[in-house]
Amino acid sequence: MAAPVVLVAVLLAGAVGVQVVRDRGWSPYQPPNPLLWVQSGPLLQRLVLGFDSLAADIYWMRAVVYYGGKRRATGPQLSYDALYPLLDLVTSLDPHFRVAYRFGSVFLTEAYPAGAGRPDLAIQLLQRGIARDHGRWEYFYDIGFVYYWWLRDYQKAAEWFLKGAEQPGAAEWLKPLAATTLATGGHRETSRQMWTQLLNSDMTFIRSQAELRLAQLDAMDTIAAVTPVLQRFIDREQRIPRSWQELAAAERLARVPADPTGVPFVFDPKLGFIDVSPKSRLWPLPIESRAHVTPQLP
Amino acid sequence: MRAMVLVAGAVFRESVRDRVPYSMVMFAILLMAASYAISQLTAGQDMKIIKDLGLASMSVFGMLIAVFLGIGLVSKEVERKSIFALLAKPVTRTQFVLGKYLGLVATLVINLAVMTLAFYAVLAFMDLTAGPEKLVWPAPALDPRLLIAILLIIAEVAVVTAVALFFSTFSSPLLSALLTLGLWTAGHFGSDLRNFGTVVDSAPMIAIARVLYYVLPNLAPFDVKAEVVHGFPVAARHVAYTLAYGGLYAGVLLTAAVAIFRRRDFK
Repeated sequence: MAAPVVLVAVLLAGAVGVQVVRDRGWSPYQPPNPLLWVQSGPLLQRLVLGFDSLAADIYWMRAVVYYGGKRRATGPQLSYDALYPLLDLVTSLDPHFRVAYRFGSVFLTEAYPAGAGRPDLAIQLLQRGIARDHGRWEYFYDIGFVYYWWLRDYQKAAEWFLKGAEQPGAAEWLKPLAATTLATGGHRETSRQMWTQLLNSDMTFIRSQAELRLAQLDAMDTIAAVTPVLQRFIDREQRIPRSWQELAAAERLARVPADPTGVPFVFDPKLGFIDVSPKSRLWPLPIESRAHVTPQLP
Repeated sequence: MRAMVLVAGAVFRESVRDRVPYSMVMFAILLMAASYAISQLTAGQDMKIIKDLGLASMSVFGMLIAVFLGIGLVSKEVERKSIFALLAKPVTRTQFVLGKYLGLVATLVINLAVMTLAFYAVLAFMDLTAGPEKLVWPAPALDPRLLIAILLIIAEVAVVTAVALFFSTFSSPLLSALLTLGLWTAGHFGSDLRNFGTVVDSAPMIAIARVLYYVLPNLAPFDVKAEVVHGFPVAARHVAYTLAYGGLYAGVLLTAAVAIFRRRDFK
């Protein structure tokens, strides 16, 4: 009995050793995008023989891993080409997979390279959700949000908020939000109002997104507050300060201003532009409000 | 009746000897391992996925046990010649076939009952350890509606067992396995057969498809896994009709199996 056990152990150890040596000089081919052998939802539905929901879970995990992997990846090959087809399969297999529509639209809208930068596909996905998952008001809100935040089409955003407000069980704040969007679309306060609503979301991922965006809005507020100081320097000296230190000394700033995460802002002495540091988790800031905080150069 | 119960008891003991209960252990391990592993990959959807995985595993394990034990129920006795000793006893052929069927169904019910307990234990553990993500669950962790899906899984595997037993009465185990798996697969295309008229214009083809729809076992209505996982109600009428359909269809197959078996000559 002992001899076969020893033999098995020795052979197994040998196999492991050979693998370790082989893997030092070889890695399996990984295509830049995962292969999707079946791209048709209805066909896949037939192939999985009644296990649609489980198959949807598997494709959802593939989508999450794919998105996470791409976000961490670097280089020119970075693309999110398979993201929408994966989400399309998930929602074909399980039309009530609410998270797939809502998270999926976030994955799709996030600006490249943090996301696919495809708000059009996000809207398409959410419209499928409206058609196939009882027209939940959250999908209308999410579409309005994509129009507001990513496409800056405040008219369309307000229209979707209004449509959402008409759905059964819709949140009471949707109608006032539509009015505010029409009146003051593009203002940081309106953005803050929307993200604050999302801070109460029952989905952790959306809550953390809201926290990040609110911190970015705070950073933008700080930049807006510091910009007049910079402008004063530029007006007086007729040039851009050479560094933060020069600006701080000339304008008697107590310290270099920092963003809400504690990372000091960076200052571009060529363009005279204040921004969050690339080292900060708030980087990059949305382009939306930069126009309001760019100083007038001499 | 007593003879039938004795045959059923023998089937149950044999399944234990065939290590069928190992499937329950595998199921429990699979669920527990999955619940740890998937939480990192699912963006907060671990409860839904564990429910899907648990119900799908029960369905697959049940179906595999039904097919691979069902196909040997009669043919094994014939191959081993033990059928002669059995039929020499005061057991009619009808009692023999029905006893075999009830024995395997009892094995499956016990198997699935233990799996259900393991399933609820894992769900209870996840419920206790879950954080605020509980708010996003479409249905409570220990939702009793899951039992409806499990009841229909049991009914489905009872039909599949009847299919396997039917083929087992006149064909080899390999052929029986292929035919049973083929019918199980076809049983999930019921809606396509029913809606054949929407894709072809040929009236005879539509008629054939309609006949096949009614003759082949329609297993799709037994699947309410997605509904219960999402917390949607399942109509009591649907459950009652599906159970009645399962009982009648299994009855048809068992009657045919008994009729074939009674005519068989084992010389």
